[in-house]
Parts: sequence; structure tokens; C-alpha cells
Amino acid sequence: MDIHEHQAKEVLKRFGMPVPAGGIAFTPEQAMHEARKLGYPVIVKAQVHAGGRGAAGGVKLCRSEAEVSAFALSLLGRNLVTKQTDASGKPVHRLLVEQATEIAREIYLGLVLDRKSERIMIVASREGGMEIEDLAEEKPDALLRMVIDPAMGLLPFQSRQLGFKLGLADDRVGQFATVLRACYRAFRDLDATMVEINPLVITGSGDLIALDAKMSFDTNALFRRPEVAALRDAGQEDPREDAAAEHGLNYVGLEGDIGCIINGAGLAMATMDMIQLAGGHPANFLDIGGGASPDRVVAAFRTVLTDPNVSVILVNIFAGINRCDWVAAGVVQAYRELNLSLPVVVRLAGTNVDEGRRIIDGSRLPLMSADTLAAAANTAVKARPTIAA
Amino acid sequence: MSILIHEDTRIIVQGMSGRIGRFHAEDMIRYGTQVVGGVTPGRGGETVLDRPIFNTVAEAVEAVGAQASLVFVPPPGAADAIMEAAEAGLRFAVCVTDGIPSQDMMKVKRFLRRFPAARKMRFIGPNCAGIISPGKGFMGIMPPHIYLPGRVGIVGRSGTLGYEAASQMKALGIGVSTSVGIGGDPINGSSFRDILELFENDPETDAVVMIGEIGGPQEAEAAAYARDHMSKPVVAYIAGLSAPKGRKMGHAGAIISAFGESAQEKVEILSAAGITVAPTPSAMGETIARVLRVGQPA
Repeated sequence: MDIHEHQAKEVLKRFGMPVPAGGIAFTPEQAMHEARKLGYPVIVKAQVHAGGRGAAGGVKLCRSEAEVSAFALSLLGRNLVTKQTDASGKPVHRLLVEQATEIAREIYLGLVLDRKSERIMIVASREGGMEIEDLAEEKPDALLRMVIDPAMGLLPFQSRQLGFKLGLADDRVGQFATVLRACYRAFRDLDATMVEINPLVITGSGDLIALDAKMSFDTNALFRRPEVAALRDAGQEDPREDAAAEHGLNYVGLEGDIGCIINGAGLAMATMDMIQLAGGHPANFLDIGGGASPDRVVAAFRTVLTDPNVSVILVNIFAGINRCDWVAAGVVQAYRELNLSLPVVVRLAGTNVDEGRRIIDGSRLPLMSADTLAAAANTAVKARPTIAA
Repeated sequence: MSILIHEDTRIIVQGMSGRIGRFHAEDMIRYGTQVVGGVTPGRGGETVLDRPIFNTVAEAVEAVGAQASLVFVPPPGAADAIMEAAEAGLRFAVCVTDGIPSQDMMKVKRFLRRFPAARKMRFIGPNCAGIISPGKGFMGIMPPHIYLPGRVGIVGRSGTLGYEAASQMKALGIGVSTSVGIGGDPINGSSFRDILELFENDPETDAVVMIGEIGGPQEAEAAAYARDHMSKPVVAYIAGLSAPKGRKMGHAGAIISAFGESAQEKVEILSAAGITVAPTPSAMGETIARVLRVGQPA
């Protein structure tokens, strides 16, 4: 789960991170009010769950009330398209208004859950301000990495070591240790999966300050982090994914026209691959999960059909913890309740497959049965309405 | 010998008195698996499926000689249950639970390192279908009838895609020595490489089907192991060819976040290591059939 920059800064500040003075605004009036409190010049930053805001025109240095007002008006209520969003972008509903910071040097600092070492890894570089992907590609040698033993936590000498390697002045290494400790403790205590300070700035007077901040959290740990769960901004997420999650469905919307209803993440990805190899394009990823009831299957159909591009539905179930008869009953119920007229291809295998097939065949509905994964994908691709060339 | 379990392995189920634990324990017993008891804190002294329930894993080891555990404990207590099993001296555990926080798994992995090799617990999962040695027993949630006993090992992240492979193989008359689901989480117990090593050393396994997916470094690590240390052929499939970068595809671990983590890149890495990659997910069966035929004397 991602949060906004201003939220990440507030969280990190509680752990001792120095951040610029600033305030949040939902209207141009609030933005001007915040700017007046801070004194000009100020930086106004669009708050969206995506990077690349600066290059997309979502960040501006403003020297007057008129500038703040005009910039706020131009952003609020609109979608910001950055290189990290899709073509429609992310809606801007809040702005962060901050005191402008004098920048002498920029450093990159990130903490991630490293899958190779299976520990929290600190990544840092003297070259701040660039995206980490570009940094890794262009200057891989400039990246410093350090892995933290969960049994010991971050040790002071590790912070010092990294501080000196980053070329910080001797009297700033202690301040760097405070910054790093804030990141590490916030990561550990709040079940984060990523903390990124890019850039961490050395100001004209030599102080360290987090100019930007990003945090992501482990959704599996939200049950014990209500204060993190409360930071969620559903407006930044795909509403279909949310609606699906309420029914126990895992849905990711994609660009194609073949709607997919599958059990298991691996089989879902493989079915999407098979569709692509057969010459079609999946409209979505959808995993119905384990022990799916007929009602959950109906909810899956409803979710898939919220996408107007869907012209065929492919149901592929290899039941272990699921039951083919329940899924089949759900398919039949969905077809009738939703008055479907588009082609539906059904492939069932595994637990209670014979009962499931009997329900499909006995329904007398125009459902297309397939025995194998390949047959299901091919049938679905061929069943698409033909578009005149 | 199959790998990990055999006919006589004495298995307990942590969380057997719960609805899901009980349902699958019953399936395992019906298949002939030696389920000798269960553990549910506070329910010690009760009986479920004619098996005794214990308060702690240590008691189960003491009373019924438990050797392995299948963990069905819900996410908040799952990591703790796994560590309890390791501390009690079990040599093998499988955790099916989906939704365990990553930092809990980080702690589990760190905890398992405390033990010397001679008493270290091998761990599979979490968020996996479990393991089955057809005709001998299983620990997990898979439908056992889709597996034909035989001499090909299967290892995969996904449960259902593992079923798909087993059924394609069964349709061609190819049986399975052991099928292992290592799970879809970013931090998990045994890796692809660990399981390949077990199959390489198993006299009852002739070849391996490895089913990977987008995200993480484990397939690349397994490819290097297969290239440098394996005499047995490996056939692979990588799911997620059509997955966009940066989007999580169901499994918490199935997200392309670094170089080498996309399906195309993994296919290239595996092919370069001499592994035969099935061109489509529906060709896993025929690909292993072809590889087995080539391996036989004319």
C-alpha cells in the first residue's frame, strides 16, 4: 500500500527525520494560507501516488500568492499524468506547500525488503535526485548497499560507515545516523516494504533534510497497523480492484478484451499468457481465491463486466481447495442474473469436476466447454466478435 | 525414496481443530498419510479425527513422536507456530497460510539459522499448496487424485499451475515422484534451488519440472545451480509473460520490480543455463515427455 509524500514525511518526522516546514491544502485558498504562514518562496507539490511529478508539471517554486493560486487552480481536481502512471494519470486532490530549501548537495537513500538476502537492505548513493532505476543503470558502482540483521537491528557503526562513504563532512555523520535510524525504525515498526528519501538534501548551511519521501507498506501486516491503514487514499487506486477485494477477489485491470475468471495467481498468469500466445489479449487478471462460493463467482462476473472492453469471458478453474460444482453453479447463476449475451468459455478440472460439468451441460445455456488450458484459450480467442478489416 | 516425506513420516497438523485444518487433515488421512495428532494451544487433551490434540509442538514430539508439521495457523500467529515447530525439534514443516507479514517471515528465516545443520528444520511455504509424494502421502491442500505416481519431480510457486502440470503429465502417462509448492510470497522457506538439490540427490527422480513466475531472484539462482551441479534434465515454465511491470499479480511476490525479474528475462536466463523452457503453459507435459524420450537409450 502506497501513501502520499506528505504522509510519509509526517510518519518519518515522528521517528526523528528532519523535513521542511509545510502544510497540506485541498483548495487554492488553503494553499495560499499555508504559503502565507511559511513565507515566500514556497514549493507547491501535487500529491499523487506516482513518481516523476516534477517532470510532469506537478511541482512548482512559487514566489507570490498569485503564483500559488494559479498553480493550485491548474492542478486541483485534474489528473496528473507522469511517466509512472497510465495514460489517464492520477487525480490531484491535495497539495503539499513547503518552505523552499536551499540545496547544496543531493543524496539518494532508500530502504527495501531485499528478496535475495531476505532482510532489510539500505541502498544509498552520492548521486541523489535521479530515479533509482536510472541510477542503477547509469552508475551501478555509485550504489552503496548494506544489509541489516533483524536480530541486531541497525548498528551505529553501520550508519557511520555509510555516512563516511557518502562523503559527508565529519560533523554531519552523526546527523546522518539520526536520519538513517528514523528510516529504519519506521520501516521496522510499521511493516513497511519501502522507504525512499530522494533526494536527501544537504542545505546551504550544511544540514540534512528530506526533500522528498515515499513509503510503501505490507498489506499483509495492516491488521496490526491500524494507524497505517488509516493513511490509505482510495482515490489513488483503481476502484474496480477495491470493489473486487471486498468480495475476496484479486483483480487487476489490463488493456485487452478477454475477461478472465481463474483460481490461483499462477494459473491466472499462465492463462493470460496462453491467451496472448493464441493471438488474443487479456482484459484483466482475476483470482477467485480458495473455497469460492457461487456468489463469489457471480461477483467475479460483475467485476469483469465493469470493463466495457470485455467481449468474451474465459473461466478457467483447476480446483483443489475449490469445488467445480460450486463454480459451475456460480457461472450458471451469473449468466441468468446478469442476462449475459457475450460468449463464455468454461474449463473445469480437479475437485468435483464431473458434477461441475453436469451443471454446465444441464443448464442448456450457450456456454462453451473446453477440456484443456490450450483449448480454453483458443476457443476464447476465436469467440471474439470479428472486426471487419 | 521420495523427497521430504515417505509412508512412515509422522505428521502433525498445527491448527487441526480449525475448519480448514480439519478438512485437509481428513483428506490426508484418507490418502494414507500418517497424521499422528494436532496442535492447538488451549485445546490440549481433545480429540479431532480420532487423533490427540496437544497444547504445544514439544508435547506432540514427546507423546506421539511427531517428525513433521503442516501449519494452518492464521496469519497473525503463523510465524510463531513455525518457529515453535523448529524449536521443538521437528525436521520438516510446511505452511499453507496466505497473508503472513513479510517481516514475520524475515524473523522466521533468521530464527531457523540458529540451529546446527544436524537439527535444522527444513521449511516449505508459506502461501503454498504443500507437497505430495503420490501413493505415499501428502501435506497440503492439493487434490491428490490428479497425480500419477512416477519419477518426475515438480517444483513450483503456484499451487494451481502445479496441478495443471501434473494433470498434463498424467494425460501422457508420466508420473510424479514428489511435487513441491514453494509458495508465492516474496520471502519463503525452501527456494527453487534447495528443492532442485533434493531432486538431484533423489534416486527415485529422473527429471524435474520447475514452474516459476515473474518477480524475485530465485529462478536465476536455480538456473545457475542446474547448470553447475545437476545431471538430471530440468524443464521449466515461467508464468507472467503478459504481466505489466510494477503491478502485483495476485501473489505478493509476483511483481516485476528489478532487472531480470520479467518472464522474458527469466526464460532467457534459464535457456542460457541449458534448461528446456516449455513454450506455453499447456506444453509443460509434452515438453517433459520429449525430454524424457531423448534421455532414454534408443
